[in-house]
Amino acid sequence: MRGAGQDGRTAVRTLFERPALGVGERVVRQDGDLKVKGEFAFSSDLWMEGMLWGVTVRSSHPHARITSIETGAALALASVHAVLTHEDVPGRKTYGIKRADQPVLASDRVRYQGEPVALVVADSPEAARRGARKVEVSYEPLDPVVDPELALMPDAPRVHDQGNVTASLHIRRGDVVAAAGAADVIVEGEYEIGMQDQAFLGPESGLAVPTPDGGVELYVATQNLYFDLDQMCESLALTRDQIRMTVAGVGGAFGGREDLSVQIHACMLALHTGRPVKMVYSREESFYGHVHRHPGRLRYEHGATRDGRLVYVRARLLLDGGPYTSSSPSVCLNAGSTAVGPYRCDDIDVESIVAFTNNPPCGAMRGFGAVQACFAHEAQMDRLAAALDLDPIELRRRNAVEVGSAVATGQQLEAPVPVRELLERLERLPPPAAAGGDGDLLLLPGGTSNTTHGEGVRRGVGYAVGFKNVGFSAGFDDYSTARVRVSAVHDQPLVEVHTSAAEVGQGGIVIHAQIARTELGVADVMVLPADTDVGDSGSTSASRQSWLTGGAVQAACIAVREELIRRAAGRLGEPEDEMRLVEGRVETASGLGIELVELVAADPAVAVREYRPRRTEPLGPDGQGHAHMAFSFAAHRAVVDVDVELGLARVVELVAVLDVGTMLNPLAVEGQIEGGTAQGLGLALMEEVKVNGGIVANPSFTDYLVPTILDVPRIDSEILELAQPDSPYGLNGMAEAPSISSTPAIVAALRAATGRPLTRVPVQPTDIVAAGAAIHDLGAA
Amino acid sequence: MRLKCTVNGEAQEVDGVWEGESLLYVLRERMALPGSKNACEQGECGSCSVYLNGNLVCSCLVAAGQAEGADITTVEGLAREDGLHPIQRAFVEAGAVQCGFCTPGFVVATHDLLRRNADPSEMEIREALAGNLCRCTGYTKIVDAVRLAAERLELERRQA
Repeated sequence: MRGAGQDGRTAVRTLFERPALGVGERVVRQDGDLKVKGEFAFSSDLWMEGMLWGVTVRSSHPHARITSIETGAALALASVHAVLTHEDVPGRKTYGIKRADQPVLASDRVRYQGEPVALVVADSPEAARRGARKVEVSYEPLDPVVDPELALMPDAPRVHDQGNVTASLHIRRGDVVAAAGAADVIVEGEYEIGMQDQAFLGPESGLAVPTPDGGVELYVATQNLYFDLDQMCESLALTRDQIRMTVAGVGGAFGGREDLSVQIHACMLALHTGRPVKMVYSREESFYGHVHRHPGRLRYEHGATRDGRLVYVRARLLLDGGPYTSSSPSVCLNAGSTAVGPYRCDDIDVESIVAFTNNPPCGAMRGFGAVQACFAHEAQMDRLAAALDLDPIELRRRNAVEVGSAVATGQQLEAPVPVRELLERLERLPPPAAAGGDGDLLLLPGGTSNTTHGEGVRRGVGYAVGFKNVGFSAGFDDYSTARVRVSAVHDQPLVEVHTSAAEVGQGGIVIHAQIARTELGVADVMVLPADTDVGDSGSTSASRQSWLTGGAVQAACIAVREELIRRAAGRLGEPEDEMRLVEGRVETASGLGIELVELVAADPAVAVREYRPRRTEPLGPDGQGHAHMAFSFAAHRAVVDVDVELGLARVVELVAVLDVGTMLNPLAVEGQIEGGTAQGLGLALMEEVKVNGGIVANPSFTDYLVPTILDVPRIDSEILELAQPDSPYGLNGMAEAPSISSTPAIVAALRAATGRPLTRVPVQPTDIVAAGAAIHDLGAA
Repeated sequence: MRLKCTVNGEAQEVDGVWEGESLLYVLRERMALPGSKNACEQGECGSCSVYLNGNLVCSCLVAAGQAEGADITTVEGLAREDGLHPIQRAFVEAGAVQCGFCTPGFVVATHDLLRRNADPSEMEIREALAGNLCRCTGYTKIVDAVRLAAERLELERRQA
């Protein structure tokens, strides 16, 4: 609890006594009024005089050779303005965050069902869709590679010429073989995770507007303007100053907007037609139009002494990346780094592998590798506890990492490392309310279906702990930029905060305004739309934005404050170091001062600052090294009621216990905890993109089930605020951790209720009722 | 075809409507009312919820022609002249809004619930809002918002 005050709360050091709506307060969203009135402009709401509509023609095959693309019939339609193919891509024909291996438009080969092949632009969305149906693409189908295990066989058909390994990492510490000899108990397990979809509600969309200089402006829903911009420059053959990007209203992201969707396509159409072009995916297209969470097959072997001390862990994590690289190398790194969980173990052999297949492309989704690992390592810890006849929390406590412990990659953890405290909090939670409650049938499994009045219903309680690295890792030069300007408007000081950080719903804009109020003591703060007129603020992902862009905003505010003090000192002829900024004035200790408005009336004070967290390094030999800037930890307790005759389950209670560092905005923190926990519930019980032979079976919200308000119980949280030593205000990145431990806690509760092994998520009713459950069609993974 | 209807108290008349269009499309693209949202366009998410002749419907499932002569209220029609409707204010203050894409649908569905049931229990709230998906909040703060709105509306009634 270093740096923390009483009860783990950290006193936020501020210049002002109580800055109204400053750091630490439950400040509501400044875009909230627009959103509740339906007046907030999401990317799919944009409109411009003379605008055309673009649609994508997508592959119907998961793997095929393209023998011809006939566009004549589509072009013959009066309302169709253009049909573009790979030949029309002005620059680099491929794109990608890590490796440019994904075609902007497929040329000779398609590698997944739904791969973009052509673009049609027309007067209306319906006209464009009709045009798309007239584009005739001839395919020569190839056998799809659909099983990642088979994809790695030497004789497997190749998804790419260089082979089917997208990324791999082999972590070795100590001597697993020797350590195995010291194990009294060994438990083995194989676990599977289905393909989860981000299922953000706002569809992929954007509006591209050609500019007179031959460039283009793009308003788009994205997580990272500069990732997009650099890829767009390459493929559109334009320079950075020919493309201007603005984040349009983003309807959720969760990782699914880190890769490109409409960006290059809409700009190609706008540049080709000389008209503004809007693209909006339908929900079905959205399932094809973004990467999903990697499905995985994870094999584990844990050895422990009789008294419950882990002596070795062997694991092989095989993830299905689909046909293109996307962010797979980083997911691979994170899965490996977190493979053992937040537990001490000196003898480790972990292989993390992502394979190319012809299944849908996978990449970033909240939790990013740690979700898959956590489901498996927590199931193993419960197995081990059962084998040792130990309480599951007690086993975890005996092995919990602490300050100075090494994670799988050898990195020593620095304070705070709250795993023991999280476990103790879990243990101290009040017992769950009694089953059956007030007899409301809605509270029973099956709910409104009236499938039981309580008979056959068993209750189970489960626990899980998880952790994840915060920020970009392994030597990536991660930084953020902010510009802060103080001017006088109507005789009042106004602070403008400008970054390129995407607001995707998480509340970054709220926090930036809070920081500005705290540092500058000015009530009126305007957070400007994020665009490329300001430097790179990096990605809204990896739980990094509060820390990095928050840090940049704070640094720019401090620089502006120093400038204001310099100005005041100059005017008053007082030494700078005796002056300070207090609520709208710069003054000396004796009270001699000058109003802020006067200092900026003629000449606004402006500062641009970059914030860099501590450097990380790539992993060295045996997957060892200081690859991560920080970690965040979370735990859950889940209580479920299961109708063991019908296989129906209902989560009746979910409590999250986690450390978030200093809270800048408790309302936003709770929102992240509750939302992330619910997404973990979805993965535990219902969410899976079903893929058969490379074909997506359920690309709709009718068939891909997102938890409703009846599926998710009230989510309670216990929040620790252990200050990080080197972050702004002591905050920690926290938005992913709640989505990591919720899934394994729920499945542990299901196991406790049913006695079934339940080694695969989402758990299906058939897993609960079938004799010898958990046998699955491996081909559907 | 030509479509005539009343939206948020104003007579609307639009020409050139294609028979296959949904009411949602007409509202968003022809009447400049994009508050009703296009998240699934098949009646699963509730983000396009509007009142059609006083009934809560998914406007994506209503063919444009079915709205001929109808009286429609969208989320844009709920705010009061002096500011937000108490339901809208409650959603903002309770933290029930994150990305906000589901919010218009939840606001309209909550409006429908609270005019039918001024003091709903938590399970009645959950049942009434089960047709609306939210991906950001985990719903906890949405339930809080509905309770807060119900209390404030009750207070208003008592003060009236």
